[in-house]
Amino acid sequence: MKFTLSWLKEHLDTDASLAEIRDRLTMLGLEVEGITNPAETLKGFIVGYVVEAVQHPNADRLRVCKVDTGAGVVQVVCGAPNARTGMKGIFAPTGSYIPGTGITLKASKIRGEESNGMLCSSRELQLGDDHSGIIDLPTEAKTGASAAEALGLDDPVIEIKVTPNRADCLGVHGIARDLAASGLGTLKPFKAERIAGTFQSPIRWTHGYEARPDSPCPIVLGRYFRGVKNGPSPDWLQRRLKAIGLRPISALVDITNLVTFDLNRPLHVFDATKLNGDLVMRQAREGEKILALDGKTYALDPAVAVIADSRSVHGIGGIMGGEGTGVQDDTTEVFLEVAYFDPIRTAASGRKLGIQSDARYRFERGIDPQSVQWGTDVATRLILELCGGEASEIVASGVMPNWERSYTLRPDRVKSLTAIDVPAKDTADILTRLGFTVSGTGPWTAAVPSWRPDIVGEADLVEEVTRVYGFDRIPAVSLPALSATSKPVRDPLQRRVPLARRALAARGMNEAVTWSFLPFKQAERFGGGGADLRLLNSIAAELDTMRPSVLPNLIDAAARNEARGLHDPALFEVGPQYKDATPAGQLRVAAGVRHNMAVPRNWAGPARPVDAFDAKADALAVLAAIGAPVENMQASAGAPDWYHPGRSGAVKLGDRVMAWFGELHPEIAAAADLKGPVAAFEVFLDAPPPPKARATKARPRLVLSAFQPLERDFAFLVDATVEAEKLVRAARNADKTLIAAARVFDVYAGKGVPEGKKSLAIAVTLQPMERTLTDAEIEAVCNKIVAQVAKATGATLRG
Amino acid sequence: MDDLSTIRSEALAAVAAAADLSALDAVRVAALGKKGNVTGLMKTLGTLPPEQRKDFGARVNQLKGEIEAALEARKATLGASALAAKLAAEKVDISLPARPESQGTLHPIGQVMDELAAIFGEMGFTWAEGPDIEDDWHNFSALNIPPDHPARQMQDTFYLPSRADGTPMVLRTHTSPVQARTMLNKAVQQMLANDGSLRIIVPGRTFRIDSDATHTPMFHQVEGLVIDRTTHMGHLKGCLVDFCRAFFEVDDLPLRFRPSYFPFTEPSAEVDIGCSWKDGELRIGAGDSWLEILGSGMVHPNVIANCGLDPAVYQGFAFGMGIDRIAMLKYGIPDLRSFFDSDLRWLRHYGFSALEWPSLTQGLAR
Repeated sequence: MKFTLSWLKEHLDTDASLAEIRDRLTMLGLEVEGITNPAETLKGFIVGYVVEAVQHPNADRLRVCKVDTGAGVVQVVCGAPNARTGMKGIFAPTGSYIPGTGITLKASKIRGEESNGMLCSSRELQLGDDHSGIIDLPTEAKTGASAAEALGLDDPVIEIKVTPNRADCLGVHGIARDLAASGLGTLKPFKAERIAGTFQSPIRWTHGYEARPDSPCPIVLGRYFRGVKNGPSPDWLQRRLKAIGLRPISALVDITNLVTFDLNRPLHVFDATKLNGDLVMRQAREGEKILALDGKTYALDPAVAVIADSRSVHGIGGIMGGEGTGVQDDTTEVFLEVAYFDPIRTAASGRKLGIQSDARYRFERGIDPQSVQWGTDVATRLILELCGGEASEIVASGVMPNWERSYTLRPDRVKSLTAIDVPAKDTADILTRLGFTVSGTGPWTAAVPSWRPDIVGEADLVEEVTRVYGFDRIPAVSLPALSATSKPVRDPLQRRVPLARRALAARGMNEAVTWSFLPFKQAERFGGGGADLRLLNSIAAELDTMRPSVLPNLIDAAARNEARGLHDPALFEVGPQYKDATPAGQLRVAAGVRHNMAVPRNWAGPARPVDAFDAKADALAVLAAIGAPVENMQASAGAPDWYHPGRSGAVKLGDRVMAWFGELHPEIAAAADLKGPVAAFEVFLDAPPPPKARATKARPRLVLSAFQPLERDFAFLVDATVEAEKLVRAARNADKTLIAAARVFDVYAGKGVPEGKKSLAIAVTLQPMERTLTDAEIEAVCNKIVAQVAKATGATLRG
Repeated sequence: MDDLSTIRSEALAAVAAAADLSALDAVRVAALGKKGNVTGLMKTLGTLPPEQRKDFGARVNQLKGEIEAALEARKATLGASALAAKLAAEKVDISLPARPESQGTLHPIGQVMDELAAIFGEMGFTWAEGPDIEDDWHNFSALNIPPDHPARQMQDTFYLPSRADGTPMVLRTHTSPVQARTMLNKAVQQMLANDGSLRIIVPGRTFRIDSDATHTPMFHQVEGLVIDRTTHMGHLKGCLVDFCRAFFEVDDLPLRFRPSYFPFTEPSAEVDIGCSWKDGELRIGAGDSWLEILGSGMVHPNVIANCGLDPAVYQGFAFGMGIDRIAMLKYGIPDLRSFFDSDLRWLRHYGFSALEWPSLTQGLAR
């Protein structure tokens, strides 16, 4: 919402400075977004009086002018056809910067004649498009005065952000009321005296439905004007509209715009000669169309409120008039429409038709219903003043919407809600100045003014009082402590997120944050793409489906980095993925990809490409970091089909999947344009069972043996399909008290090992607790290991 | 007699001449070995008359001692120089780089979430979460935004197919639906009935149809909610002053509360922090300018009622701010879109180390 300082002062009697007004507006909740003063760009330009203009001796189209600048007479060579002796124009002295041409003036000689400065056109000063001649000021302009003053442009333009609840501040009068309520001046009433009609209106208003307070258009007033003279509106009005960025059109249209922005009262005027019979407020009929004032044709339906005559539709209620019945410069017969349209229906129609207009903007936020009456009066006065003619009696149809209501404000409520102690008298005064009718001395009963549809309860009254009294008077009170020391912010499950993030960063990976959505095709490839997870209004096809896995976005990110020459990315993300649209379908996942080299080529050793075991290490590190019982988990083949079928696996606790890991399926890597291997993992952070709440944080007792552990190596020959983990587990379980650990130290297939077999070498650590083992005891354990492994896997000891 | 002094001078000369440990050992064997000449002298002891034995034995022993001492001394010298030579031969070019190890980093969004946890944790808040895919009741209606309210146009919403029962589904446009989810929780209502105080922060992903230089279709918000019987707007102000000063690490940071409008709060306030601009660079702290950082207010009585609590009994405040935005402000990150681009150069430059776990007592940020 824009307005000028002088416009505001038409409604507000105040001595306050622009800075005070600016600060107060913001502190009232009418945030000032900017103040521009056209006088700034006109600084240095002054009114010049052309003492004499004579033909240039050496150029047909130029004149040599003697210009009185108020501080002496200078000679200027001017090419404008309208430069003449005795005129007053805008003079730019040498050294001036001309905004329209980007040139800084220098004293010069033009075809032998001295020229010191310039007489300017509208375009050169960026005041308009006119470049047919220099600006021709009225003769009463004062020689030597500032150009801004002479042009009436010495008027700062203030732009404020009006929140959706404050429809009343979409007119300058309402803004002035807020300022006055806050003590920054006095609100001046606006002129809205009733002007009697001199004849009966040939057009009447009717309703196509029974008008009720909650109808799409509960009430409409109108008036017929005859013998009016349209055409350009007066300077002051044009200037006012231009200052806030509106284009003057004709006196009648400009009046409707003025009343809209001055009093938040949208109006419409019809060329009455183009109407047929009475006007009716009704719902559009299926198939009806209208060519609106914006030059576009809209197809209407019964949900849209329209204004129609006996033949066709001439307006979309509260949104826009029709092109066919709009006023023209030669219009002499006018019918004025002053209506109240229901906010919700206006918003719905406007949204459906896709029309933004100043009228819709106001009706959908809720204008003053009483304005149908005073709006008619204000418009009548302006039409008669600016266009002449005579007005008919007022015609009306419908009933006033229900706006009268009041609320009780308890005496302690402002304080208990905002901590400000507003004196009782100030409380009542503030509400009164805002237009409330206040009775009582606390508790108060406040009757809401017709222009404040946003006030719907006591809390709103509290806000009005505190906002006007000043939010800066709210004391800052630290929250009282709930306990002497702080408690954990996150619960144990929530804490898994930062733990996972920090574990992966500690492993040299870089954390990324990527979109929750991805292209449908990728969703499908990664096991998703359900209809319930496809956005109905995505901004791009690349972002149209909720991700079933974090990996595709990370793979894309890795590819983007490679394309930029940033090699061997190792990226992870801890975030959501979506199985379905229910709250339980959203899973917390730690996922990562490592591309190409785990160790780059370097002086100390060879490069090493990433493989499934890097991903396995990452997945297990995350599980360990979040406190999952990793020692009870098994890793074996069985990852989903976006992994390499032979080089991937699942980490499980019992039957439950804790994580997937492995090399990415080469097809997917190729599709992403990633050359070289990609290791990937997905850890489901909510999958490991939550730790049991324990009464003590004490660890189990640590028992340390006084006896040396000893290690024995075994080389087994086993079917190539047997998973190492199964064999190791069998070895470990051969004697749970003596065997402390078992690990694989070699895997071999090839020469010396039969086809279809592999050699698995493991080292088993024996830890005696009570005494040193005898050779016989050691041998017994070793035999047990060989037997157990053979039983579990069919392995034989390699000869 | 002369034998002894000859042997001495020859042996000592040989010790001194030994160039390495094996030569020295040969000298030792020649003198003191089983067939060595000193050992040989010892063997002649038995052939001497008894009156000479004692004297001769003592002299031979003294000689043996002298040679042994010389051998030891020489051995130490030779050992030291052998070690020095070995060390010299083992010299490497120590300016070569350490073995390659990549430095992992944390994204600023997660790091700032951890900072939020540290600060609000100190004020008694706990962490709450809710789904990104919301039904429109939790996202709008519960928060006093009815279907045709113009406020719904303030937010451009991503829609998903409606549920089977016709409920429209959206990607949450703010973290505020978690207010409703939390207040509706029976355990929370019981805690409030027992005079407890609800204090939660809700960090998370939020979504709006918006994509330009300063907007991304996904961004992050943190919601704060305090509900009990007595919390007022002064507490809101105090809480946010305390938070902003701790977060931006500026002890005298001024805050400005301006009236504003949100459907779910009444009264509503937007909050600015003091700042100044110098040579196009922002400095947060007392200055001549203000920077909007969050929206807040007292929870609207309709919201409290919609969540099954009595607004005549319970009141409190709520606020919401952009996590990405405060991260940009604090760490001087210029472009929002870059947060989601995963450019390794950006991640390394603006990222944090795994060991920087923010804490008010250990330090919030380096």
